[in-house]
This record gives sequence, C-alpha cells and structure tokens, in this order.
Amino acid sequence: MSRTVSNRRKWLYTVIAWGVVLIIFFPILWMVITSFKSEGDAIATPPKFLFFHWTLENYHEVQESSNYFSHFLNSVIISLGSTALGLLIAVPAAWAMAFQPAKRTKDILMWMLSTKMMPSVGVLIPIYILFQKFGLLDNRVGVLVVLMLMNLPIIVWMLYTYFREIPAGILEAARMDGAGLWNEIRYVLTPMAVPGIASTMLLNIILAWNEAFWTLNLTTSAAAPLSAFIASYSSPEGLFYAKLSAASTMAIAPILIMGWFSQKQLVRGLTFGAVK
Amino acid sequence: MATTHQRSLARFMMAPSVGMLLLWMIVPLGMTLWFSFQNYNLLMPGMQKFIGLSNYKYFLSDPGFWTSLINTLEMVAGVLAVSVVGGIIFALLIDQPIFGQGYVRILMIAPFFIMPTVSALVWKNMFMNPVNGLFAQISHALGLQPIDWLAQHPLLSVTLIVSWQWLPFATLILLTSLQSLDREQAEAAEMDGASALARFRYLTLPHMGRAITVVILIETIFLLSVFAEILVTTNGGPGYQTTTLTYLVYSQALLQFDVGGASAGGIVAVVLANIVAIFLMRMIGKTLD
Repeated sequence: MSRTVSNRRKWLYTVIAWGVVLIIFFPILWMVITSFKSEGDAIATPPKFLFFHWTLENYHEVQESSNYFSHFLNSVIISLGSTALGLLIAVPAAWAMAFQPAKRTKDILMWMLSTKMMPSVGVLIPIYILFQKFGLLDNRVGVLVVLMLMNLPIIVWMLYTYFREIPAGILEAARMDGAGLWNEIRYVLTPMAVPGIASTMLLNIILAWNEAFWTLNLTTSAAAPLSAFIASYSSPEGLFYAKLSAASTMAIAPILIMGWFSQKQLVRGLTFGAVK
Repeated sequence: MATTHQRSLARFMMAPSVGMLLLWMIVPLGMTLWFSFQNYNLLMPGMQKFIGLSNYKYFLSDPGFWTSLINTLEMVAGVLAVSVVGGIIFALLIDQPIFGQGYVRILMIAPFFIMPTVSALVWKNMFMNPVNGLFAQISHALGLQPIDWLAQHPLLSVTLIVSWQWLPFATLILLTSLQSLDREQAEAAEMDGASALARFRYLTLPHMGRAITVVILIETIFLLSVFAEILVTTNGGPGYQTTTLTYLVYSQALLQFDVGGASAGGIVAVVLANIVAIFLMRMIGKTLD
C-alpha cells in the first residue's frame, strides 16, 4: 500500500525545504557571485545580487599577484601524498584484520580509534620542536607525514568495514575452481575491494585538503597549502572582498565537487558503517 | 583455518600501521609530558630545568584556563545542540516527498566541504563585518543599528560559524538513518491512529538513536580541536572571550614560547578529551551491538 500524498502538501514541503537549503547554501553562493564582481561592486550599498558587470579580473589577479598556483600545487601534493602513503600502510593492515581476525583485532581497532581522540594541541610542541631540529618546518614532506598519521586510524577503520563485507566464501570458491593466487587477487579480490579503497581515498583527500591546524602551524610560505594561504587574507591589506572570494572559490571548488560525488560514502566512512 | 604461517603474515601486514601509530602516540606525548615538568622557555635558552608540577599549578590557576575551558564547553555544547536539533528537523523535512530531493541534499551538505579558513574569512568579512557585511547592510535597510558581531558577541559568532559547517554533516547522517526506517511499520502506526507526534516520539526518534550518538561522538572529536575559525576571526579575543583550550595552548607555545607551560596545558587538554572520549565510547558501545 502506498502512501498517498496530496500535491498541495508536496509543494508546501518543497518550498520550505528549498527555502531552508538556500539559506544554508547562501554564503557559498554569495562568495562565488562576489568573485565575479569588481571591488567597487563587491562592497556596494545596497548589495548587488545579479545585475552588475561580471568580470574574471579577480581570478587573473589572484593568480598573478600571489603564488596561488604554487599553493595549489602544495595542496595537491600534501593531500594526495598523505592519502597515498596512508593507503599503502593501511590496506595490508585492514586486509589482515578483516580476513585473519585474531582475538585482539577488536582491541587494536578500538585503540587506533582512541589515538584519534588525542587533541592535536597535546602534541603540537614536540612535533614543532622536532620539525625545527630536523629542518622540516615549512616542508611539504613533513606536513604530508603528519596528516597521514592524523588520518591513519580513519583510513584503517574505513577499509576494515569495507573489506569485512567481502564474503570469505567467494575466495574459497575461487580456490576450489583452481584459481592461482595471482588470478585470485586480480579477478576476485581487486574488483571487490576497489570501490571501498576509492571512497576511502576520496574522503581522505577531502580531510587532508581542508586540514588547517597543522598546515597553519607547520608551514609559512614555501610549503603552505591553500588552507594556510587563504588565512593570509585575514591581514588588513588583504581585505579585498572580490579577490578574497576568487581565491576562496578556487580553493574550495575541486574539493566541493569531489565531496558532492562522495557524499554517500562519507556517511559510511565517517560513521564507520554504524549508520547505513 | 588460520595457519601459523598466515598468522605471521597477518602480523607482518599490520606491523607498519600499528608501529607508526604507536610511535606517533608515545614519542610526542612522552615529550609533552617531559616538557611539562620543565622550566623551558625558548626565549631563555639554557635555563631549562626540572620544576615538578609548577607548570600545572601555574596553568590550572591561570584565570585564562578556566575561561578557555568554559568557552570550549560552551562552544561544543552550542554547536552540538544546533546540529542535533537542527539536523533532526532538517532531516525530517528533506525526507518528505519533495521535488528535487537529490539537489536539496547536495546543496545542504556543501558547507561541510568548505575549508575552515575560507568559511571563517567569508563569514567574518562578508557577513559579520559591521560596515560592509551583508548583515549590517540588511540592518541598515531595515533601519536598525548594525551589530558588530565579532566584537559584541564573539563566542556566539564563532559558535554560529562552526555550527554552519557541522549542521549539514548531522543532517546528512540523520537523513541517511531516516531513510532506512521501516516504512510499513510507520504506515501501520498511522493506520492505528498514532498521532504524528507519537510516531516521532516512539518510532522515528528511537530509530535515529544510533545516528544521533554517532553525530555527537564524531562532532565532539572534531569540535574539541577547532582552531582555524578562531585564529582567523578573533585571535582568541577580545581578551579571552573566544579562547578555547586548544587556542590557549597554541598561544602559549607559539606566541609566548613557553614550552613548559604550554606542555602542561597540552596534557590537561589530552586528559579532558579522554574523559569525554571514555564517556562517549561507552555511549557508542551501548548502541553499536
């Protein structure tokens, strides 16, 4: 039996839901619109919503006057690098825990999660001092490793929950059919594991790209990714709304799009499969 | 059947991540603990010496500590209240049959993907600025006195900005949970004459229980270390009004170079976070099995 909903009620809920969602989304929309204004239009009273001279000038200027591209490159290297390194270390571990569970596996998983409960500020000083001693301050590799370690528990947990859903029986069946180890990996395991690994990867790129505590504290200029670079706009001389908006839009666009693609996996990933 | 050979292979596969996390935990935390017993200021090199619990005494008796502790709790509680209550309402709303549900979902989650420094800057300058901010312009248009948000209500403003980032996350999790609710059960209850409120109270809310717990757990972990939003908007001020525990330790370490004092603060932060974590892990343990 299906629920009959009057058209009027559906329209009413549609209007309310869209109203609420547009209010929530408005700051982002406003930022994107402002990025196409001239500085004068950006602070005009009353505010101009759509009827102004649209221009790409801010995007050009942000790219030319600052090292936007080098910060973008830092973001790419740090987020992709820490994710790749994290996966390299976490995939075997999650695999072993999912298919060779021992008595202590659950304890190890809980312990890993507990390292995530440690506030970063508790280890800021030693990391800072160690980095200073080893010349790793404002160094991409240093930040990359710290972010990898920060997100490692989440990577292991996510992969573990995905791998556990691969039925062990399928491996036995393949073995019975005479598949060798290589064929087993290639034709049976890889196709089943890849979607889980892919969503773990996406989510970790997002987390690493947006991370601000460590990037702000461990980088200054040469290795500063976009999250740290944008913060430099808070100085008084950086207060040009249109340019600020253009730089911000360029900083969030790739990750926003990636986020939209992975929103379903995000729920599974960040809740460790507890909510489906 | 796991053979010994497979066992050792499994150990070998787990060794790198277990080892690295162990190192990541023990080395820096051990160093923080060690520094916390030292008189160690980077501005006075060579003066380092063991001073026992003095740093803790100093840190815990500093009025800045109590203010920042209360600020932290107020901010976390505020954001959690907004996300859980708002998240339930929005999830129920979006779960209704509406046109363009997929697009609503996508627009709703967007703030969660915005990097904290960007959202802090956009809110601070383009919305909360008392001269050209959009809020000020709206106030002017309505003939009201604009509010200087970050100066007059600093903690509330920071809480609002952080809530904006985390409410979508809560909504998405709660919506996902709602969509797995047994429709037939809900319809049966409706046929039996249960009011909408009763259905929500006895059916929907218990069903969302686990999702609500997860939202509280995950958000608390992340909210206790909120940093960029404060650095960019208020620098912890005015005075100590938006200084949280995380920000206080940061400013002692990297602005005042007081390694000993900041380390004591770091240990206090770790202890407090663990008290919260134990409490939360128990809560989630109950709902998970």
